[in-house]
Amino acid sequence: MTTISSMPLLRVEHLTMRFGGLVAVGDLSFDVARGQITALIGPNGAGKTTVFNCITGFYKPTEGRLTLNHDATHHYLLERLPDHDINWKARVARTFQNIRLFQGMTVLENLLVAQHNTLMRASGYSLLGLFNAKSYRDQADLALQKALHWLERIHLLDRADDAAGDLPYGDQRRLEIARAMCTDPLLLCLDEPAAGLNPKESLELNTLLTGIRDEGKTSLLLIEHDMSVVMTISDHVVVLDYGVKIADGTPDAVRNDPKVIAAYLGVDDDEVAEVEAEVGL
Amino acid sequence: MSTEMSAPSSPFPLVKSLKQAGFVGMVMFGLCVPIVAFRAEQNMNNQLVLQSRWWLTLVFCVLAMIGSFLFSLYTHQKSNKAHSSAPSTVTKALSALAPRLTPLGFACVIAYPLVMLAINGPGGSIKWIDNFGIQILIYVMLGWGLNIVVGLAGLLDLGYVAFYAVGAYAYALIATKVIPDTFPELGFWSFWICLPISGLLAALWGIILGFPVLRLRGDYLAIVTLAFGEIIRLVLINWVDFSNGYAGLTSIPRPSFFGIPFNASEEGFAAVFDLEFSPIYRTIFLYYVILALSLLTAFVTIRLRRLPIGRAWEALREDEIACRSLGINTTITKLTAFAIGAGFGGFAGCFFAARQGFISPESFVFLESAQILAIVVLGGMGSLFGVVVASIALVGGIEILRELDFLKQVFGEAFDPSQYRMLIFGFAMVLMMLWKPRGLIAHREPSIVYKEKKSIGSDMVQEGHG
Repeated sequence: MTTISSMPLLRVEHLTMRFGGLVAVGDLSFDVARGQITALIGPNGAGKTTVFNCITGFYKPTEGRLTLNHDATHHYLLERLPDHDINWKARVARTFQNIRLFQGMTVLENLLVAQHNTLMRASGYSLLGLFNAKSYRDQADLALQKALHWLERIHLLDRADDAAGDLPYGDQRRLEIARAMCTDPLLLCLDEPAAGLNPKESLELNTLLTGIRDEGKTSLLLIEHDMSVVMTISDHVVVLDYGVKIADGTPDAVRNDPKVIAAYLGVDDDEVAEVEAEVGL
Repeated sequence: MSTEMSAPSSPFPLVKSLKQAGFVGMVMFGLCVPIVAFRAEQNMNNQLVLQSRWWLTLVFCVLAMIGSFLFSLYTHQKSNKAHSSAPSTVTKALSALAPRLTPLGFACVIAYPLVMLAINGPGGSIKWIDNFGIQILIYVMLGWGLNIVVGLAGLLDLGYVAFYAVGAYAYALIATKVIPDTFPELGFWSFWICLPISGLLAALWGIILGFPVLRLRGDYLAIVTLAFGEIIRLVLINWVDFSNGYAGLTSIPRPSFFGIPFNASEEGFAAVFDLEFSPIYRTIFLYYVILALSLLTAFVTIRLRRLPIGRAWEALREDEIACRSLGINTTITKLTAFAIGAGFGGFAGCFFAARQGFISPESFVFLESAQILAIVVLGGMGSLFGVVVASIALVGGIEILRELDFLKQVFGEAFDPSQYRMLIFGFAMVLMMLWKPRGLIAHREPSIVYKEKKSIGSDMVQEGHG
């Protein structure tokens, strides 16, 4: 039996996802290490979001195994869990490429909805809550404190009572991350968190994400196109192209990998056959 | 003309509006010719003769033209106002009044039957308490129950009347068949025993309906719930052994004053409290029962909205996929909304059966579902106060048509305004949807406030996709 430290938090093995005849992800294996930021990059249409949807239960993979290791004895096979249990039991949270906040609810309400299961239990599945029992009030107070803590971290405390849909784009992105963090995840999956942010907001995001990593409770897996974010904050980079892994390593190693350069920039015609043979196409 | 100085107020397009009014009048005429202009009536020899009613057609056409002209005047004025997203004055007034109106409203509804009794006497006040008070309160309660499903959880339910029917038949069958055979000594208590049973049975049917249909969304969910409402009604019509079919169930026990019946006997309410016997006491009592049931519905809804389950309902209406990513079991959440909404429908049904003393499938047609849904939509999705206003307007408004005897002086003795209720109802709906497409109270109150309470405009709040 391996020890916890050597066991990755998430192990993706031979993940394949087919949509009819289209192989969106083909035989992909990689690890997400504990306490690190792992980036999943690749050109448009490489299958990154499909991998995310498989991990977070929105798709059931055609083949493969996704193991989330809480510790040496507690493992969850994500492909077998319904999507809400992936968040609640396996403790994997995610954000979306096109922001999915509860726009008509306030910023604070968004963060409280994220603590639904804990509060539901405390409210005795609404029965104790209906009679305003003290045990529920205490738990609700804790939930409020946690929400306010996260609002302070993303600098939105003074907008707690505004509708989430009224916030500027960058704030909505950070709020969605805070909402995911309110579910106390072990693995936080971020789908293009820096998309549409200006350089200053992008920098703020870097600080937020490295801060979450350095607290040591949550590891991160992110899809990103913004190379300045990827290369600055990630500890480990996995590169996908046409649903196949073409590189896996530290940011520096990946940056200089000829296959990655070929996938992003294209190659001269005479090199195509050579590179394709290497990639395995 | 300097554009900076003058506000961009365009002149009123008179010719265009008149043209449009003329066009509307022509459309109205075309519609009226087959519907209004001719009437087949039997003459003395039992023959059908065609009567023409051109004057009435003309009145309709002129009314439509005036309406069209006024509407273009209104939209012109509206577009000339500064383009502010601020809520309209009516919304502001209503929402500002709502909290102050609450204690006043309480006082009014509690005093209402007594005031009516004082004004009209025991004989004359039954109509006002029963047709107006009780009838409106039943619809307020049904509206509040459906509001949980449609307004909070965003699930479009077109078959809500099915749960109303389940509650009514549960009470009628248990009180007329089960209790006399098994516990005859409980006879006078049957309403109070059956009330929770009816609610629970309706909630159970809510869950039974919910399980197969909750994977459907939007229009598909609406159609299946519509079908469910019809299935329940058709079963009640055709399963004669069970429900006595079209003939319905009669002599359903009326509610007792906690064991004391409202009759003229020695043990009756009037005798016990040393009053002169009159049916008004039962009516007043029924009024307070439905008032208490409605307030219970409101209390539970207000509390649930501030609990995690209520927030999950609203989150579900906003974005179901995000809910799933946050660990919310959407199936269970939708089922609880369905079950709780159905449960209140069941309570109302039980009360309805007890008040009428007679029920038949005729009372549970689709039109009832449509009317309850109209109340919720007109009131503003998710707003309790809006539902009250809409119920008073729709139910009370239709009842008041029966009282407009003076119109007979104008239109002749044969004129019955209540015949026009569907027309007025339809017109009112169209006008409402033009004027306030998101209902009377078109903003959402947050369920929790950190520093300052800010209501959220309807442009932000989603309607739900089923």
